[in-house]
Amino acid sequence: MKISKILLMGNPNVGKSAVFSRLTGAQVMISNYPGTTVEFTQGKLKLGEEDVLIVDVPGTYTLEATCKAEDVACRMVQEGGLIINIVDATNLERNLHLTLQLLEKDIPVVVALNMWDDTKHRGIYIDVKKLEEQLGVPVVPVCGLSGEGIKELVRRLPEAEVKHSVVSSDNQKWERIGRIIEGVQKLTHRHHTLLEILEDLSIKPLTGLPIALGILYCAFWVIRFIGESLIGYLFVPLFDKLWLPVMMKLSVFLGEGTFLHHILIGNLINGSIDFGQSFGFLTTGIFMPIAMILPYIFSFYLILGFLEDLGYLPRLAVLVDNLMHRLGLHGYAIIPFILGLGCNVPGALAIRVLEERREKFIAATLMAISIPCMAQIAMIVGLVGQRGVKYLAIVFGTLFFLLIIKGLILNRILKGASPEILIEIPPYRMPQITAVFKKLWMRLSGFLKEALPFVLLGVFFVNVLHALKVIDFFAYIFAPILTKLWGLPQEAIGALMVGFLRKDVAVGMLGPLNLTTKQLVIGSTILAVYFPCIATYAVLIRELGVKDMVKVTAIMIIVALSVGALLNFFLP
Amino acid sequence: MTIDLTQLQPGETGIVKEIQGGHGLVSKLQSMGLRPGKKVTKVSSHFWHGPQTLEIDNMQIAVGFGMAKRIFIEVKR
Repeated sequence: MKISKILLMGNPNVGKSAVFSRLTGAQVMISNYPGTTVEFTQGKLKLGEEDVLIVDVPGTYTLEATCKAEDVACRMVQEGGLIINIVDATNLERNLHLTLQLLEKDIPVVVALNMWDDTKHRGIYIDVKKLEEQLGVPVVPVCGLSGEGIKELVRRLPEAEVKHSVVSSDNQKWERIGRIIEGVQKLTHRHHTLLEILEDLSIKPLTGLPIALGILYCAFWVIRFIGESLIGYLFVPLFDKLWLPVMMKLSVFLGEGTFLHHILIGNLINGSIDFGQSFGFLTTGIFMPIAMILPYIFSFYLILGFLEDLGYLPRLAVLVDNLMHRLGLHGYAIIPFILGLGCNVPGALAIRVLEERREKFIAATLMAISIPCMAQIAMIVGLVGQRGVKYLAIVFGTLFFLLIIKGLILNRILKGASPEILIEIPPYRMPQITAVFKKLWMRLSGFLKEALPFVLLGVFFVNVLHALKVIDFFAYIFAPILTKLWGLPQEAIGALMVGFLRKDVAVGMLGPLNLTTKQLVIGSTILAVYFPCIATYAVLIRELGVKDMVKVTAIMIIVALSVGALLNFFLP
Repeated sequence: MTIDLTQLQPGETGIVKEIQGGHGLVSKLQSMGLRPGKKVTKVSSHFWHGPQTLEIDNMQIAVGFGMAKRIFIEVKR
């Protein structure tokens, strides 16, 4: 039998991604299902001589399509191929429900009993032979984390069969599952592992909240530590030793003051190039995304990937559910917020996991205004941090305060209530290093592909606007708001304009303006709240629709105007 | 006696008797392993009518307080 395409299907949290990463090579792609915002991953599996497309289908409990991700899963099944049904061996009963549904479809199925190694210490015994007889399709025990059984799985793919089971009702399926379980599974006494004790502690409110704070605090420091070390010991020395001499030669060659020098090198600071302030295409334009921001993006996604694969995030969602309800959201909305701290674009995409319009609206407003992305955070830490940690606290404290206030207000004035949480809490599992790094690599290359051109474009755009005196014109028009209301110099308008394109570049532009500390704090805060970058804005329009986005925009403008004015009034 | 899920004490175990709710909710809960006849143990309940975490078979799920009010459990007390 020729296999055209392989679909990996299973319930959420059954370790599908680990099996996926074992089956595929290095070439892995994240795509959107046509016409939807649902993401899925695909790669290639070498099967004999041929490369077969293999798709990691979004996790689903049923083929009934109760949400967008499940709808995509159903459509993929209809498109055909071969299904590897990933089943959590430690949770056979519930997982078999999807299996029975798949066996009713017109598509060949192989069952992979994942987490096989976990069954032993959990005291679960499964008779694989008998299960295979009962289901009528190959059943292979595997362990995605260690790679055990994967070869056997691939070897048995050609044995996959279309079962054409008679369509049965939900209750009939549960009855049949009951009989299967009775015949193939035995439970004995289980030993509690250290991880399981931690599981319990981190979901109980009295111990869970301190643990959550501890984890977030540690995550923050590790991200900073890795980011700063990479910048200080690797990227800055590399740029100074290798790139600076080349740029200085180019500067001499072009001649200071010429148009091309202005665009490519920028301004010389005290006769030399300053990568942070010169603002040329080849100096600051290259230095900022690679040396200042990439290290933080790297460390953020490394830690996030670890926490995701460990299974911590659903616990955090449950713990903050209460607080989030006060803000008109439910616990799961913490996920787009956390993703948004990396980059607002995936954060905005993740808003789709929220089901109601009211919730989406609140989450989008809160995120777009109060959650700065890692690139922006990196720039703010770099710039404002020089003036003292206290000032960083003012900037981020203001943003957090805004988040809470806006949530409380929106929850009160918008009709309706936030829906209730209903999620599975997966057991902790030690992340597989290769899977973590594979995901990290995808996210980093995504950042480089999307951000680098935009940063360069932004820097180029600013230099051209400067040369054409457009910035001076806008500075003149908006001078009253800038100087009277916010206490910023007119030149800050350039940063505000670039902020539409890239927030990080915009924050960087405040650097050469010689601002006072107060002005710097106000400028950074306004840049964070007044408008998300254009890429985030585009995604939000798609997710919320034009009408709601107009309202969100109005809120942004009001917040930016008033926060700037308040800070200007109250800061000494 | 029959109580609702919010009244189950952390650490206490009971048998699911009835779930009151629309078809969508009932079938979603079923596919997550929560259905009449199953043994559930309360793991924790969060402050101020927060989510209730339960263990069914080998897995844990969290359900909102309002939802938990409509899930009835048979317990021996």
